[in-house]
Amino acid sequence: MGSRLKLFLPLALFIVLALFLFRGLSLDPKAMPSALVDHPLPEFTLPGLGEKRQLSRDDVTGQVAFFNVWATWCISCRVEHPYLQQLADWGVAIYGINYKDEDAAALKWLAELGDPYRANIADREGTLGLDLGVYGAPETYLVDRDGIVRYRHVGVVDERVWTTILRPRYLALGGAVAEGGVQAP
Amino acid sequence: MIPEFGHFSLILALCLAVFLAVVPQWGAWRRNAAAMELASGLAIGMTVFASISFACLATAFLQDDFSVKVVANNSNSLLPSVYKFSALWGNHEGSLLLWVLILSFWTAAVAFFSPELPLSVRARVLSVMGLIGVGFLSFSLFTSNPFERLLPGTPLDGQDLNPLLQDFGLIIHPPLLYMGYVGFSVAFAFAIAALQGGRLDAAWARWSRPWTNIAWSFLTLGIMLGSWWAYYELGWGGWWFWDPVENASFMPWLAGTALVHSLAVTEKRGLFKSWTVLLAIFAFSLSLLGTFLVRSGVLTSVHAFATDPARGLFVLVFLLIVVGGSLTLYAFRAPTVSSRVTFGWLSRESLLVFNNVVFLVATLTVLFGTLFPLLMDALGQGKYSVGPPYFNAVFVPLMAVLIPFMGIGPISRWKDDNTARWRAELLAPLLAALVCGVTLPLIAGGEYNIPVAVAVLFASWLLLSMLKDLRNRLRNASTLSRGLRRLPPSYWGMFVAHLGFAMAVIGVIVTSQLHVERDLKMSPGDSESLAGYDFRLLEIVPVKGPNYLADEARVEVSRDGQLIATLSPQKRRYMATGSVMTEAAIDPGLFRDLYVAMGEPVGQAGAWAIRLHYKPFIRWIWLGAIFMGLGGMVTVFDKRYRRRRVEKPVTAPEVAHGV
Amino acid sequence: MNRSMLTFVLLWLVSPLALAVIETYEFSSSDLEARYQQMSAELRCPKCQNQNIADSNAPIAQDLRKLLHQQLEAGASNDEIKQFMVSRYGEFVLYRPRFSGATAVLWLAPALLFICAALVVFVSLRRRGRSLPDSALSEADKKRLQGLVGNTEKGS
Repeated sequence: MGSRLKLFLPLALFIVLALFLFRGLSLDPKAMPSALVDHPLPEFTLPGLGEKRQLSRDDVTGQVAFFNVWATWCISCRVEHPYLQQLADWGVAIYGINYKDEDAAALKWLAELGDPYRANIADREGTLGLDLGVYGAPETYLVDRDGIVRYRHVGVVDERVWTTILRPRYLALGGAVAEGGVQAP
Repeated sequence: MIPEFGHFSLILALCLAVFLAVVPQWGAWRRNAAAMELASGLAIGMTVFASISFACLATAFLQDDFSVKVVANNSNSLLPSVYKFSALWGNHEGSLLLWVLILSFWTAAVAFFSPELPLSVRARVLSVMGLIGVGFLSFSLFTSNPFERLLPGTPLDGQDLNPLLQDFGLIIHPPLLYMGYVGFSVAFAFAIAALQGGRLDAAWARWSRPWTNIAWSFLTLGIMLGSWWAYYELGWGGWWFWDPVENASFMPWLAGTALVHSLAVTEKRGLFKSWTVLLAIFAFSLSLLGTFLVRSGVLTSVHAFATDPARGLFVLVFLLIVVGGSLTLYAFRAPTVSSRVTFGWLSRESLLVFNNVVFLVATLTVLFGTLFPLLMDALGQGKYSVGPPYFNAVFVPLMAVLIPFMGIGPISRWKDDNTARWRAELLAPLLAALVCGVTLPLIAGGEYNIPVAVAVLFASWLLLSMLKDLRNRLRNASTLSRGLRRLPPSYWGMFVAHLGFAMAVIGVIVTSQLHVERDLKMSPGDSESLAGYDFRLLEIVPVKGPNYLADEARVEVSRDGQLIATLSPQKRRYMATGSVMTEAAIDPGLFRDLYVAMGEPVGQAGAWAIRLHYKPFIRWIWLGAIFMGLGGMVTVFDKRYRRRRVEKPVTAPEVAHGV
Repeated sequence: MNRSMLTFVLLWLVSPLALAVIETYEFSSSDLEARYQQMSAELRCPKCQNQNIADSNAPIAQDLRKLLHQQLEAGASNDEIKQFMVSRYGEFVLYRPRFSGATAVLWLAPALLFICAALVVFVSLRRRGRSLPDSALSEADKKRLQGLVGNTEKGS
């Protein structure tokens, strides 16, 4: 009887494998959580966009905020821009990281489309991006009061992303938002 | 109209496949000869309709029928005709149709070439293949219909075939690869039939062997072509990346190699029947797993088709049915009483057991490494990558462990052998191999490289031990040619295949260790030297192709003042999609390849970034693989697999009268 | 000359930040160049479909190659560079997984599998040998059989 049981071993192993494969179907192999989650936002000294003054980490931390990596050469950034504007109108704090872009083009872009950002960091060489682990645009980082990165979203931020992914986390950290004039609980 | 014809044909093929999967199987169960006899006819019918379907899709491609979705997505009016045809399998839906076609070819081949099989066995084998056909035909028709139309809104022109695929490699690599992949279904079907019929004997192994060997050969050639194609097409000089899709084809090959050797023991000595059956199931399961991995999106790969989890689910269910079903059948029907061990620790049987151990561990290692990122992600342990550094680090030692024993194999005896005899036979080859390993690398000059020396030692060991064995076999022959002719095809197959393996070992190690690569900025008129060769960039000229515009560099290669070759790498821009591609230029050679690729223009003065490679012995990898494939094919001609002429039984009176 | 100028301009429009894909980095020693080639083959491009940074055209791959070059010239060791990359991009970016609790099973699997398989084979063959029932032939019969059939067996 024991030897008959042994013959079931390949089947058992296969079933375990199949379970993993099934689980794998609902995973996205390309999704990459940020390596900086639960780590502090990196130190940096970079100019503000179109300004002479230098911004550093302390200038942009202290409240729950989003850091949006964008550029004029990024088509998706243009697509998400109106929604960012909407979020800014609702009182969500958004800082911009203008990634590997040119100041003149970026300023022109913001003048035309609107500026949802509390401040914009001109990361012309991409050094801050490199420290953050940015690999493309747009990306949006959620940072808490103490300047610790808590989440990264890769891709366009739209209503679905806000409602299902970012808003719960933002509120959980104590962020304030007044959607349509109504303060969120 | 033609696409609809094709669609209808495919549906008919599915219907016939369903009958094929059910009726002969029922016939075997109920011992109904008529039902069993239907198997061959149904198989041929399925093949005919699959072929019609394939021909219809091919016609749609060749006629630029952009109302068919796959044609619109993968072809273009400017595409050369031969690529319009091969674009058929350059996408998920079409390649699935190719799978179906090749499966039906194999099924028809089994129906046609096995009249000596007992009826119930043939019926079951064809039924199982029909069942697999049902799975793939359903997959195609229900989730990946190649005849889907874009009506209304037919585009004026197609989106063009990916430039990387506009190449000779696309024409031959997938068909050959699928011939191998799908071919293992025959061994699988025989295994299932044997389990069902309760007839697990040496005869089963004898029937399975030629089919398995041919499938293995095709798979060897298919993988080899993929590697060669990547080498000259991708522009980076690499030839194997342990990418999940590459591994998906390599795992069946590794299991198939174990199977080919295990079948030898089962056929000759009637041993390990249960294990060989399990291996046959395992090899084909890996083929199916490969299909899943490549088309479901669970793993990231440059080679993967456009992926869709819904399709992945279909394949997974199919996998559960086929693999789960066959392993359940195995668990219930495989013999619990193992055959008596009638061989000693030192014997050909035990050497073949060792072969199986090594190749099984290799297969499982590649499987584990490929799935590790998925496993870790599923367990919430984070995202990991497993790439060439890992696979090379674990695979090479495994092969290194195998090779010493592989040299003893050909000369070993069945059942019982001894070290004294081995020492007597193999001491000379061993010493000669050591001498080769120490001295031959010195001929090439340069620094003495230990891995290369070991590779030369191993390859010489394999070759010289086989030559010693050959000499033994020819010892009693009256003439050399008569002696050579007396040797059976199965022996030649082994010889050639093992020789190919030795060549591949040399190719892999020498090129990995001794290749030289440099990226440089060159302007017209500049000259650079690499590995003793001088590369002189003459000029860069614009060139127009059938569907692209290119900048072509003319590079003269010379050595010691002698002109060796003029190479013309190109940087192409395809007009339909605007995509830019590097077309490398290669001066091939038996002992080295010289490889030049263009990067981007640098600065304003007409300078370009150029990559130069010197790759020694790289062709030996593919030549070795070709020999391995050839060896596998040759074994099939062995007398014992030939159709036995059914002799009229001789009666007693005839014997008495001296007939 | 016009064609290549046009190509050049078009390339700049398409990817304004794309520099030469085949870069021509200068190294202060050939040892550094060798390490560069080895490391750039072992680091994965975070964005691509399974390519290392040596083979990829993506902007991020270029940035990482430049960074690798800088770090090597600055004297960082291979482990330090790997740690730098991992702290920003995660373990994902290493094609050679670092040996840790999680990856131990991966690195030890081949050896363990081999030992396991060898043991299983050894034990099952030994057990089979031991449980051999005695031959049904008597000694006298065995001798007759020997005489009829012959002693040795050879062949392929």
